[in-house]
Amino acid sequence: MWVRSNETAAMQTQPLPKVSRRKAAQKEWKRNYDLYLLLIPGIVFFLIFRYIPMGGYIIAFKDYNIFQGLWASEWAGLQYFKEMVELPNFWPIIRNTLLLNLWSLLFGFPAPIILALMLNELRARYFKRFTQSLLYVPHFMSWIILGGIVYNVLSPENGVVNHLLRAVGLSDIYFMIDDFWWTASYVFSGIWQSAGWGTILYLAAMTAIDPALYESAEMDGAGRFNKMWFITIPGIAPTILILLIINIGNLTTIGFEHIFALQNPIVLDISQVISTFIYSYGIVQGNYSITTAVDTVQSLVNLVLILGANYTVRRAGGQGLW
Amino acid sequence: MVDKRSGDNNSLVNNSVKRRKPIRYQDVLFNIFNYGFIIFFTFLCVFPFLNQFATAFSGEYAIQTGQVFIWPVDFQLDAIKAVLIDSVIFRALLVTIFLAVVGTMLNVIFTVITAYPLSRRDLKWKVPVINFILITMLFSGGMIPSFLLVKEMGLLNTVWALIVPGLVNAFYVFIMMSFFRSMPDEIRESATVDGCSNLKYILKFVLPLSKASLATIGLFYAVMHWNSYFAAVLYIDNPDLYPLQVKLRNILLLSQMDTSMETLQQELGLELIQESLKAATIVYSTVPILLVYPWLQKYFVKGVMIGSVKG
Repeated sequence: MWVRSNETAAMQTQPLPKVSRRKAAQKEWKRNYDLYLLLIPGIVFFLIFRYIPMGGYIIAFKDYNIFQGLWASEWAGLQYFKEMVELPNFWPIIRNTLLLNLWSLLFGFPAPIILALMLNELRARYFKRFTQSLLYVPHFMSWIILGGIVYNVLSPENGVVNHLLRAVGLSDIYFMIDDFWWTASYVFSGIWQSAGWGTILYLAAMTAIDPALYESAEMDGAGRFNKMWFITIPGIAPTILILLIINIGNLTTIGFEHIFALQNPIVLDISQVISTFIYSYGIVQGNYSITTAVDTVQSLVNLVLILGANYTVRRAGGQGLW
Repeated sequence: MVDKRSGDNNSLVNNSVKRRKPIRYQDVLFNIFNYGFIIFFTFLCVFPFLNQFATAFSGEYAIQTGQVFIWPVDFQLDAIKAVLIDSVIFRALLVTIFLAVVGTMLNVIFTVITAYPLSRRDLKWKVPVINFILITMLFSGGMIPSFLLVKEMGLLNTVWALIVPGLVNAFYVFIMMSFFRSMPDEIRESATVDGCSNLKYILKFVLPLSKASLATIGLFYAVMHWNSYFAAVLYIDNPDLYPLQVKLRNILLLSQMDTSMETLQQELGLELIQESLKAATIVYSTVPILLVYPWLQKYFVKGVMIGSVKG
């Protein structure tokens, strides 16, 4: 993952004398100073807008006062972490976050794999390209639009799904206010948005499989299904594992926009998750320190999860992220 | 499958072998199942869009009696007309267009000046900078600190809050970097021999030669601005500065039909139900994306590939 150029590697193995090193540095600066100057705005941007917010987790340990600013505010120790655990809706929020992510992982993770396997078996090239184009469409729409479509299509009065249910003699389903159906809508809208797009990495991994394997399997009398089962799936297993590690590392993270677009007050009990809680309790209501404490814990748990998943995969003999 | 293009002996032999092979009924079954599944799933994926497009142009009675599936029934244009002439939606559209034009220009400029130096093999001290940017892709700051930062910089309730915090996208920097790296070194060497400075070389050679990829990266940023929503919810309180997506949320999810739209309906004597108005706003905001979709798809797939190689 870390980039290391040959030049630095060489410099490390063969330390130059101090004087000639400084001379080399001067020469490098003289030759490329304009390029280094060009880098400054980018470096300043990342420093201010990416690194300062990382350091900002310190707010969780302080009594943040808007008028005094961060540094002048008093230290609060672990007080806010204590308050966080005592919040009446703290544990429900953790539970919701984990549950929604687990359901998404359970149904949403295999979806692009299955879809990619089936797309890979299509022999009509133009048909394949056409379906892929259609499957990618939802990926480019914002969650507001997708959420709006979900609400309209599932609407109990005039939504097409309930019209169809009535047509076959079933009773109406109030999808967006029922706990079970809301969760199902959340999970399946997630699949709708990302399953098609998710196939890209798997399809790319499949093109890297040695065709000779398929030929020899054919000679042994393997049919289409057997070739898929015994060659394609093992061939993409490393990709599956890596994406699984990333997904497990994100178990406590829920994208804000997906939830926020589908959330409504009636299902708040099951749909309030960490990110929406930080927004509504922290930013809207101004409880900065306590919500940053939640954020800090979430980031730490993420780190532990991803390290754990990676460790497990490597112990089992697979290739991890690093 | 018979490959007509290859004429060498080897493939001829293979083909004749394949042709003699009996067709297995399991494989036929597999094919039927496979095509059936793909068609079914693709239809499920596209159906909600088709249904909303049909609803936007369908009559009230047809919608209420559930006759509308993927084709308009009792065709009408009133709903889309009401959305098109609504001044509040139009204002939100102007904000979004401003973001997509000015924001994207700034995004591209700053991405290029960061990516180009990093792509140069002869730049000795680039490695720490690359790692410095890479780290931001792995760890991110919290929501509250980011919000407070923007607040303390006095950017709240300005359009700059929607542009500056996302000025340079690390992922796109690496995409541009790998593109610049693929440019031949010979041009630069001969230009340097002729006494061309780095800056002059960038302006005279690099930029003209990379028009296509600049357009690509611009498209990425423009779509990001078009769809961006979270930043506006965080940083903007003033309804006059709401971008389209926030306005859309108020209409679609909170059912806040603008009063202007309602009075407009009465003035025009239109009888529209919420469903077709909502569907019309969906049409209004998806059509621009669909118009650039062919390019989007092509280049985004490439971007994902580069990203995964880097990743």
